[in-house]
Amino acid sequence: MQRKSRPKLAIWKFASCDGCQLSLLDCEDALLAVADAVEIAYFPEATRTVVKGPYDLSLVEGSITTQHDAERIHRVRRASKVLVTIGACATAGGIQALRNFKDVKTLTSLVYATPKYIETLSKSTPIADHVFVDFELRGCPINKAQLVEVIIAYLDGRKPNTPHYSVCMECKRRGTPCVMVAAGTPCLGPVTQAGCGALCPAYQRGCYGCFGPSESPNTRAISEQWKAMGKTPQELVQVFRTFNAYADAFRKESDVHEG
Amino acid sequence: MRMTRASTEKSRSQQVIERRDFQLLLDALMAKGYRLIGPRARDGALVYDEIAAVADLPVGLTDEQERGTYRLKAGDPERLFGCGLGPHSWKKYLYPPELRLWQAQRQNGNMTIVPEPHAPERLALIGMRACEIQALAVLDKVLLGGAYVDRAYQAQREQVLVVAVNCGRAGKTCFCASMNSGPRASTGFDLALTEVLERDRHYFVVESGSKVGADVLSAVPTSPALEADLQKANAIIEQTAGQMGRSLDTHRLQEMLYASTESPVWDEVAARCLTCGNCTLVCPTCFCTTVEDYTDLTGETGSRVRRWDSCFTMDFSYIVGGHVRASARARYRQWMMHKLATWKDQFGTSGCVGCGRCITWCPVGIDITEEAQTIRAQNEAKQDTGTRRKKTS
Ligand code: SF4
Ligand code: SF4
Ligand code: SF4
Ligand code: SF4
Repeated sequence: MQRKSRPKLAIWKFASCDGCQLSLLDCEDALLAVADAVEIAYFPEATRTVVKGPYDLSLVEGSITTQHDAERIHRVRRASKVLVTIGACATAGGIQALRNFKDVKTLTSLVYATPKYIETLSKSTPIADHVFVDFELRGCPINKAQLVEVIIAYLDGRKPNTPHYSVCMECKRRGTPCVMVAAGTPCLGPVTQAGCGALCPAYQRGCYGCFGPSESPNTRAISEQWKAMGKTPQELVQVFRTFNAYADAFRKESDVHEG
Repeated sequence: MRMTRASTEKSRSQQVIERRDFQLLLDALMAKGYRLIGPRARDGALVYDEIAAVADLPVGLTDEQERGTYRLKAGDPERLFGCGLGPHSWKKYLYPPELRLWQAQRQNGNMTIVPEPHAPERLALIGMRACEIQALAVLDKVLLGGAYVDRAYQAQREQVLVVAVNCGRAGKTCFCASMNSGPRASTGFDLALTEVLERDRHYFVVESGSKVGADVLSAVPTSPALEADLQKANAIIEQTAGQMGRSLDTHRLQEMLYASTESPVWDEVAARCLTCGNCTLVCPTCFCTTVEDYTDLTGETGSRVRRWDSCFTMDFSYIVGGHVRASARARYRQWMMHKLATWKDQFGTSGCVGCGRCITWCPVGIDITEEAQTIRAQNEAKQDTGTRRKKTS
């Protein structure tokens, strides 16, 4: 089917570092092709021009951390035909979800000179906890090739090729010798969703879990192996509490070792 | 002492290349237009990659392998082929991890399919071990033996020259002797080398297995192998056969597996298995792929890409209504059943050649030979209680 219309694209920001939106600007050549294929109607990071909604496709970056944003996301949802969340903040609550494991009042009093000025929710939560999300694109940050793939898939009404299996699949296809096996370096790849192209193992680092839990993450088994490699329970808590700390599988596993 | 010249038919085709002339063998292959692929040390492991000179080989290195662990280490300083198998297998050159199958172009409202040229290269695969030769024979059956032939594999397969190396040492996860696939390369090669390293002499006993192999050899300085050389080479291979780090008793294993579909073994493995897929991707005979269709931003071009897949992924068994093998138990069972049982019904051979890669490269060290032994023990225990019951009744 020939594409006729030029759908309106909007990019929204919630609590986040902007890294995921920047992935789009970082697409270079592809960015021009994106701008040809869609009308960039709302993208404050890139342009002040605002085309009024509703929008055909909204990309949402960031998590919900304030009452104001908890309300704003509903307006974004109402203005969007299709809503795609991008990045670990939007899909899992992000690094700022570390607060979810502590008392937020204690934290604000530790960090801010005048904590009473701070209005914040007790938890940082993913967008899908608040509104219906059509598709989630994982990563901290997202992979720009996957972002472009999601946009094209949307344009053609097909399923995006963004697999949910482990990072190991990409690692092996790439021919990287496993760092767990060949160097005894702990790696989260077996329980982490593919998408980065197995970047860290290619540079002899273990996977940090940027893309969140894989489709069937046996976090208990990987923890046992890491323990055998010398990791302490405290270290295991930290390993699972990073960018995707509040993603179900990682959160539960970190709780086990906190005990 | 004067050596007698070897006289048997088989040994007549055997020659000796001195270590100092080994580069000339590589040169002869390159002169015949082959790109050389061989073992190299990279990122702490032995990988297969392009080579051109002896110095590219893992000279002086060996490895230490166990379930879930692999370390390169110093071996005999001069030895060229002292490393066993690494995580790569030769299938990556014949059946690549990622292959575009075709492209499609939109022209005046019509779609034109642009076939992929699949231009195979002449590749000399250097250092192939006996189990890996057997793995290629198994892949041949799968990809060339049925009604649907894999054209890309076929085209590349025809352009491959195999320089085998008989193993001078077995690793701790090797069990080719159990699977009748090694350690001696007996067929399926153009040249087969046995490396003999002595205090004052370093040489290779070479057997040519094809006309092409013999042609290559004729361009290299060789001398006829003496009886003593052959004996030494034989002794090396026999010693290796006695060193297998693992074994797998295949007697009645297929029926035992079929009788064990509901065994608690699968739950026990599932507790440890990461469902990461590493075992299938390092296995030299696993052939499963997925096909993904892409379109581009202009909407004018599409393409179909084939990638290595694994029965450990959820999408592998996805059909309308859900995943057939959602549990880790079902996925591990599928892998092991296929390798050791259903493969035989499907293709007439074992799906496992005993290379041990799945044991070494499983990040949590799950061992297929150990699981098979557990299945066997359970079956035998069941039979025991069965016969005892009969006796008492
Ligand atoms: S290095 Fe990490 S991602 Fe790669 S195969 Fe090993 S465990 Fe998996
Ligand atoms: S099943 Fe394991 S031991 Fe057997 S051929 Fe495959 S990787 Fe090698
Ligand atoms: S074991 Fe799994 S991945 Fe390997 S060939 Fe069989 S079904 Fe395919
Ligand atoms: S058996 Fe090992 S390598 Fe295979 S999927 Fe399970 S954990 Fe991964």
